Amino acid sequence: MSHPKKGDKVTFKIEGRTYDGRYGDSLLEQLRKHGYEVPSLCYHEAVSPYGSCRLCLVEVKKGKKQKVTTSCNYPVQEGIEVFVNTEKVRRYRKVVLQLHLSKTPKSKAVRDLAAEYGVMETPYEVQEQDKDNDCVLCGLCSRVCDEIVHVSAISFTGRGQNKRMQSPYDETAEACIGCGACVYVCPTDCIGLQESDGIRHIEKWHRDLPLQTCEKCGKQFFPTFMLMEFSKRTGISKDQLNICPACRNSVV
Amino acid sequence: MARIDSVSELEKYRAQLVAHRDPERKAISVCTSGCIAYGADKLVDAFRQGLKARGLDDKVDVKTTGCHGFCERGPLVVIHPGNLFYQRVQPGDVDEILDETIEKGENIDRLMFHLDDGTVMACEDDVPFYKNQKRLLLKDNSSLDPYSIDDYIALGGYGALGKVLAGMKPDEVVTTVKDSGLRGRGGGGFPTGVKWESCRNAPSDDGVRYIICNADEGDPGAFMDRALLEGNPHAVIEGMIIGAFAIGHPGKPQGYVYVRNEYPIAVERLGVALEQAREKGLLGDDILGSGLSFDIRINKGGGAFVCGESTALMASIEGDVGEPRAKHIHTVEAGLWDKPTNLNNVESWANVPLILDRGVEWFTAIGTGDVRGNPWGGSKGTKIFALVGKVNNTGLVEVPMGTTLREIIYDIGGGIKDGKEFKAVQTGGPSGGCLPADKLDLPVDFDELTKVGSMMGSGGMIVMDEDTCMVDVARYFLHFLADESCGKCITCREGLVQLCSIVDRICEGNGKPEDLELLDELSETVSEASLCALGQTAPNPLRSTMKYFREEYEEHINEKKCRGGVCKSLITYSINDKCTGCLICKKKCPQQCISGEKDKLHVIDQSNCIKCGVCMDVCKYDAVDVN
Amino acid sequence: MDDTKLNTILDKHHRDPAELLAILMDIQAVENYLPKDDMKQVAKELKIPFSKVYSMATFFATFSLEPRGKHICTVCMGTACHVRGAARLVDQVQRDFEVEAGGTTDDMFLTLETVNCVGACALGPLMIVDGEYHGNMDAGKLDRVLRKLKKQDAKE
Repeated sequence: MSHPKKGDKVTFKIEGRTYDGRYGDSLLEQLRKHGYEVPSLCYHEAVSPYGSCRLCLVEVKKGKKQKVTTSCNYPVQEGIEVFVNTEKVRRYRKVVLQLHLSKTPKSKAVRDLAAEYGVMETPYEVQEQDKDNDCVLCGLCSRVCDEIVHVSAISFTGRGQNKRMQSPYDETAEACIGCGACVYVCPTDCIGLQESDGIRHIEKWHRDLPLQTCEKCGKQFFPTFMLMEFSKRTGISKDQLNICPACRNSVV
Repeated sequence: MARIDSVSELEKYRAQLVAHRDPERKAISVCTSGCIAYGADKLVDAFRQGLKARGLDDKVDVKTTGCHGFCERGPLVVIHPGNLFYQRVQPGDVDEILDETIEKGENIDRLMFHLDDGTVMACEDDVPFYKNQKRLLLKDNSSLDPYSIDDYIALGGYGALGKVLAGMKPDEVVTTVKDSGLRGRGGGGFPTGVKWESCRNAPSDDGVRYIICNADEGDPGAFMDRALLEGNPHAVIEGMIIGAFAIGHPGKPQGYVYVRNEYPIAVERLGVALEQAREKGLLGDDILGSGLSFDIRINKGGGAFVCGESTALMASIEGDVGEPRAKHIHTVEAGLWDKPTNLNNVESWANVPLILDRGVEWFTAIGTGDVRGNPWGGSKGTKIFALVGKVNNTGLVEVPMGTTLREIIYDIGGGIKDGKEFKAVQTGGPSGGCLPADKLDLPVDFDELTKVGSMMGSGGMIVMDEDTCMVDVARYFLHFLADESCGKCITCREGLVQLCSIVDRICEGNGKPEDLELLDELSETVSEASLCALGQTAPNPLRSTMKYFREEYEEHINEKKCRGGVCKSLITYSINDKCTGCLICKKKCPQQCISGEKDKLHVIDQSNCIKCGVCMDVCKYDAVDVN
Repeated sequence: MDDTKLNTILDKHHRDPAELLAILMDIQAVENYLPKDDMKQVAKELKIPFSKVYSMATFFATFSLEPRGKHICTVCMGTACHVRGAARLVDQVQRDFEVEAGGTTDDMFLTLETVNCVGACALGPLMIVDGEYHGNMDAGKLDRVLRKLKKQDAKE
């Protein structure tokens, strides 16, 4: 038996049509690339798939077996046949959306997505929302913080129904550099970043960071702490980073 | 003697051990596994002190052994030679045992097992509980000192490893295990040899392959693996070394045992056993001069049921939280640190030396079906069950695959406690199901149990009687799983919370007829759309009770009635005329809501009763009813 | 925990981040819980994010982030214990000591914990008080065990 390697060329089918891909590619990305509409909350192509929101369900036939699976973390393989809109997929996705509605009923993103698939209300008990309100526990913020920003200031804590996305002890995330990447990827916009009086506040991580004033234009731009971290990692001197990107570009 | 450098030296060493052993030497084996909860450790101290006081401490051995199985009658003591079986032994009995049995060779009637007709059963093997079993894995538990590798070697231990290293090729070992039809004892029932073969064939750039023993026995109500690790750790180690040779040699096989932190005795005994195996050269470099290099590390779990799931277990060994990942690429190809990884359960590993030692024909003669050319074709060998709950003889039982539930519960288990009616038996733990009386004649094997909506699981077998509420049982498992869910995927995390909330309201008398439909729809989605096996199997206890005991759900919903007398909101306690007026319940009632004078009938004030059941617990006259 | 003790634990585990779970268990064995400063120190010494240490400490049921009582009473909630009335034992301790499961009495006398099966199922319902196993429990026996504990303490 030969073992395929990541990146090997494979051929597979979606809804009966044949496509080429690479072994190990995310099936969800392939589906979207070829124009199939599949919903998701926890997927972002920049970071590793996680499989928590259970929305990107499809049916995959591999050999004789056909089963429902999430597509984001399904590696494309030789000979698989994919079906995106079967009766089972629709039925389970409806229940998954109802569960999302009972967990985060106030989230506009969740409500809009559910409505798109015809789910307007949930038969399940609506959970009392704590201050994590609109968080769907997709983990994108911590994956970005870990895999892209490399500071891992936040993480999942607890387990089961006590699972939360938090800074340690839900106190100031001391490792957070205030880059805001988490805010950018959050599918439900629930992290909260504000700037006032020369301070960047990231509410959810209890992080307040003073902003650097540009030595050229006098405008405030990035948190100083973040610039110091850049300097440490890249070796660029701190003085060079005291100028905002706009002014730096104009110098070049 | 220190390191053993070859198979022939091992056999020489064994011969020496056997020659130096006096078969008439007396030994007192005390179960210090589960019986610890009966105070068996105090018993051991008493034996040691008593022997010392009599100047017998160098003539008689005291062995602290693993579980003997018949937990109901603990603390258990077996006296060798002769396997004299004493039960319910207390420290106060020790002097008499030493004076009468050890010194004079007299049996003490009071401590022996009596049948209902008064017949005395002197030997362990005569007792019906043991006689109706087939103890292949557990047989040495009442004579073997788990702290002594010499004890194991003297009984033939590491002989299978010797045979493998002296005369077999790795592929032959894989084929043997495949032909034996051994299937995963952790519950899944996947053919062990097939797994070994895939792992052996999976490419590994640096030759590293991981050999893991899953001892994270998380199923509540199950302690088979605990008993094996505490009673016979070397059998598990020997199985793993054979596995390392078959799967990873030549190459760099590396071993791990992931064991629950809740099993401190198992961790300790396994640690001692590993150290002894290293000293003898049975672990480490160039094992028995074969060129095989392999060692085993212990990793302790931290109290998370989900870590019994293979990918979560591997994440935990890697130093992460125990979150499972999707297994679209199997762990035999990319498991621990992305290397080919073979994971088997404790009981599966313990079977390996037996199979290699006694051969495929012997093993396949035990059990069901036909596995020639198809390892899925049957269930071979024995299975250990933890027989617990409302059954007379609770304990660990080992039976051939294919034994019926009735034989296990009635012939071995002695039937239901207090003459009550059998209601259900739960197998497979939180992933399994509850089967009703009309399934009692079902032969227990992997495929039969799955067909009727339960599963073999790791071997928990919980017997339930008429006083058990099946809705409450489902509720128990749902809450257990909601508590143990890692929370990664929404279907498991929120789905279980919602299933709990619906079943809770049914138990509280607030259920609606349409709840049953909602339970059906949600449980199917949780099964089909969850990420790992925990979520996928989580609805099984619910679905099996809804299938076989639907009337109880309907009663809770429509008549607000709990026939098991368990659901607090639907029951009342009252005192009947058997009451002698002893005042005990009145004294113990935390609400002080029982009134009555001495020698007069007591009455419970229903308005203040919190239905804690203490009155029923403390009443010696069976005078408290639950309605 | 002083640095020497912590270093001994870290060295025992070869300062290997994969051993984080075992390291935290060893710390808890000494301290009776996981102090925040020790967890921070572990993160620093192992060069791993503090968030990861905290995540681990909150995921596994064995850890406590709060100091625990002088006595620890653990009630087994396995299935066999459940069908034999384990929940009633928990209720009883909760009532007698005014403590929630997972919590500690105000006077730090007792911590009540539950565990999902200790594998002594034949002896259910079962509880462990300060490491000592008590099988076949009922309301009366529980009362005796806990009264003894109180008496013992009063003597000291």
